[in-house]
Order: sequence, then structure tokens, then C-alpha cells
Amino acid sequence: MWRVISRPLTADSRMQSRWTDGRATSTVAAQIAKPNDRLTSFERLEIYNRMYWFRVLDSLYEDCPGLRAVLGDTKFIRLAEAYLVKYPSGSFTLRNLPGRLAHFIRTTPRHTRPHTALCHDLARFEWARVEVFDTASRPLFTIDDLLDVPPARQGKLKLALQPYLQLLRLDYPVDDFILAVKQREAQLLRGEASNAPTEQRRLREKKTKRPPRARTHVAVHRLDSQIYFKRLEPAAYRILTALRAGATLEQALATGIPRAKKSRSDWAAKVQGWFRNWMELGWLCRRE
Amino acid sequence: MPANKFNGYTDYGIGIGLRIPHYEHILSRKPSVDWFEIISENFMVDGGRPLEVLDQILAQYQVVQHGVAMYFGAAAGPNKEHLRRLKTLTKRTKTPWLTDHLCWGSVDGTFSHDLLPMPYTFAAAKQTAANIRQVRDTLEIPIAVENVSSYTEFHVSEMTEWEFLSEVVELADCGILLDVNNIYVSAKNHGFSAYDYIDNVPHHRVAQMHIAGHTKFEKYILDTHDHPVLDPVWKLYAHATKLCGVTATLLEWDDKIPSFDEVHNEALKANEFIAQAREAKIPVPQKISRTKIR
Ligand SMILES: [Fe+2]
Repeated sequence: MWRVISRPLTADSRMQSRWTDGRATSTVAAQIAKPNDRLTSFERLEIYNRMYWFRVLDSLYEDCPGLRAVLGDTKFIRLAEAYLVKYPSGSFTLRNLPGRLAHFIRTTPRHTRPHTALCHDLARFEWARVEVFDTASRPLFTIDDLLDVPPARQGKLKLALQPYLQLLRLDYPVDDFILAVKQREAQLLRGEASNAPTEQRRLREKKTKRPPRARTHVAVHRLDSQIYFKRLEPAAYRILTALRAGATLEQALATGIPRAKKSRSDWAAKVQGWFRNWMELGWLCRRE
Repeated sequence: MPANKFNGYTDYGIGIGLRIPHYEHILSRKPSVDWFEIISENFMVDGGRPLEVLDQILAQYQVVQHGVAMYFGAAAGPNKEHLRRLKTLTKRTKTPWLTDHLCWGSVDGTFSHDLLPMPYTFAAAKQTAANIRQVRDTLEIPIAVENVSSYTEFHVSEMTEWEFLSEVVELADCGILLDVNNIYVSAKNHGFSAYDYIDNVPHHRVAQMHIAGHTKFEKYILDTHDHPVLDPVWKLYAHATKLCGVTATLLEWDDKIPSFDEVHNEALKANEFIAQAREAKIPVPQKISRTKIR
């Protein structure tokens, strides 16, 4: 029965009439399910087949507003279906459904051409937003914790980052793009409520512009249960990723700060500012 | 039954499902509600907003855990990691009893996210009962299983759905979460009498009831949980209450969710039927031994 109900639907969202071995699906269905006075075995199993696909596709659709905006609904649904055939849900919760979508887009580029790189970034970003929502947080690393460390040992200090904090190095500024997409969706919803047809049409026709390629570093984080994105300077991104990989403070700074012309004192002020900000945002936590 | 070993000897009254669109209303207005049912899987996470909201709810309300992915009917038995997460959550919520469905829904680690009907066979009943016992022994709280709504029947079935439910709960010695809307939906879809179903399950095991709305199509009824409860379902609820006693009752409203007050007022209509059932002087359900169906 599982093979019947998890099989992709036809273009008009019905159960496929041919089974994988060429037999009529109605023959296969008749072996499993009883017909009744109103529905054939095929029709009874088709209810489950449709419910399965509507449920998983709706869930991905909700989770991926950016991908939808780039691909349009038809291409997006084709991508989603191909993805779910290759990687059906392996988790008790639909939350995890987009977990391998970025990987799928990269390894199966035909569904997203010619915007595969942008779509890959979007899938990573949209998955980061799922992860940041309900991943654990640990006790904060505070100024008092820092003062407990003798100054001579502070360079050797290993700081941990909150497990929920997501650090992304992207080829496109998808953070701004997603904000624009969300804004447009909100406007469309408001437009529907206010019922002004010309305004509605104008909004529908005005698609969110695809962003041009530009190296972008973003932290996706949460504060008071809300999700936020924060742009990072490349050096800040390098320091944070080094800390996450287990580097000491000294090592992280050495990796992060370019050995270039700028004087050390310029950097000291900047880096201190970053750390102050990261502590205020609660990104640093105690090592376990 | 008002209080029995299958609901931890509680008497919880009328509750509603805790749903995201109502969070703000509940947390800011603190309306008086007998209890909330939470979907366990939504809170089996490591942190963030779900658990923050849950802790605020727990500080003020009684909460019962209802699952949608334990799949008591799974041939492979309960998933160990799932049970571990579920147990962590039960310690947080202190749920007096825990419910999930008499169904299957995953195959070899792939999840349908649906509540799929079981073949009603003796072998399946035995396996399901063993699974329920394992869950209860791990979680160390009473378990009640819910009958699902369904749209198909299987050739291999050896008994009716209510005989299967009775067989499972007797073998597992567990409770029933009697969903009267699901009984109505399945009765219409499969052409049996919903009253026969309710008359023939072990009433002393009913730990909780569900009521909900459904949608009628030309050839079948879909269990959509997006409407008020329909009249024939209220009648069934009154009938079940006469037989089982006044039982913890929960309204499920999961789609096109209206305001908190609208959902809560719909649930409170159950009071009328409880009053009717009380007038009819509800006898305490006798522990009936199961009808021999072998
Ligand atoms: Fe239910």
C-alpha cells in the first residue's frame, strides 16, 4: 500500500493509471483494497495517494518562499516532487523535510537551471531559518565568565557558539531577497483583504527581482523567539567559524584578521566591537 | 469514564487543542480553559520558541500530550529515539496520560505523515498491543489509543474495526481515546453503524474523547477538522457519554482555525450533551469482558 500512495501523481493530480510493471494500477489496487458501493479500490487508495502528495508538497511550499519566487510555482512543484521522490521524509516531523534540498539542488541541477547557484543559496538559507527556530540554546558566556579567566590565559580561551546560530557564506545576497519576497507576499495578502483589483494586479505582475551575484556573509540567529539575519564582515565570519570549529580565541583572531596594511589598533577596536555585539545578542555560550 | 486508570485518575473536563494562531491570545489574555491538548511532535525539539511557549502554558494550564507519529501499528515496533525524545517531553509536561493513534504511517524509516488504517487481523492486533505495552513501560504513564478515520478497507481484514480496537486494548490493557467524529466519518465511508461501534467497545477503558468537524464530498467524507462539530457527531457524543460516563473531552480544530473564543465556545457546547447524558442517569460502565470473536 505504501508504494501505491507514495507514487507521484499525474500532472492533473490523479493517481497514475499504470503500475510500475505496466499492469493497470486498478488491478494492483483491487488486490489490496475493497471497493464499496460508491468508490472503486483505485479511487479509495487514490484518496491516500493525493493526501500524501498534497501534504508534503504544501509543507515544502510553505518553507521555501524564496525558491518559489525564483522558479515560479510550476517549476518549484516539479523540483519539490523530484526531491521528495529521491529524499522522502525520514523524520517524524515535517519540519525536517527541506533538510537535504540544498544538496539535491546542487547534485541535480536540471530542475533549477539557469539559476542553480542562486537556488542552492536560497535552499541553504531557508533551511537555516528552520534550524535556528528550535535548535537548543546553551547558558550564555558572560563578562563575569571572561573576568574569571586570568588575562594571561584569555588568548587560550575556547569560546563556544550557540548551537542555533547559523553562519552562511553565500554567493548571492539572499537575505535581502527573502525580505523583499516576504514583503511582497504580505502586500498581496493585504491587497486581497482590501479588495482593490488594480493594485492586486500591479503587485502580482511586479515580481521580486533576482539579486545579482555578490559574496555575502550572514548570520541567522534568534532573539526573544524571533528570527533575524545579520550581515557579517568577512573577517567576522572567519572568526566565528573558527571559534565554532574549536579554535582558541588567539587562533580564531589569527585566522580571521588579514595580515594586511591596516594597523593592529584599528582592528582591535573593530574586533572588540564585534565581540561586545555578539555577547549582547547571546551568541557566545559556555563550553560544555 | 470521569477518572480511571487509563487517564491517570483525572477528571479534566473540556479542552481544546493548543494551536499557533491562538498563542498570543492565550498568553496575553490567559482565558480560563480546563485543559489543552498538545501535539507531542511539535515540542520534541531541543529549544527555541516551541519550548518557551510550552513552558508558559504549563505554568498556567493542564496539558495532555497527543502524538501523531508513534504509529502503534508499526510492524517494526516503536522507534527508540522517538521514545527517548517523547519521554523527555513527558517529564516536562507531566501529562497524566498520553495518546496516539491506532494506525501505521512509516515504512523502513520513510514517513507518510498520515494516519494510515490497519488491516484488522489478529496478528496485527497482537503486534500493536505489544508495541503499546513497550511504549507504556518506557514512558511509565497510562496510554490511550485513538481510532482513526479511514477511506479504505482491506481484503485481509478478519474482523470489524471496533472488534479490532477492542482486541488491541484488551491485549495491551490500555485505554481508548474515542474519537466520535472519526467513528462517524468511517461509518459513512464504509457503511457500518456508528452506534454499533460505540455500543461494542469496552466503555470502562475510555480515557478521553475527541470531537471535530468534517467535510462531506459526493462519494465520501473527509476528516478535515476545519468546521464546527456537526449534529450527528454531537448525537454520537451524547450516546457515547451515556455509555462511558462523562469523560475528558477535546475539540480538534486544525485547519481554517477561527478565533480562540470561537473554538472554545464550540468545545463548550459539549456541556449541553453532558447535561443530557447526566439527566439520563449515567450508570458506571461495567467492566465487560470482550466478546469472543475468535
Ligand atoms: Fe482525533
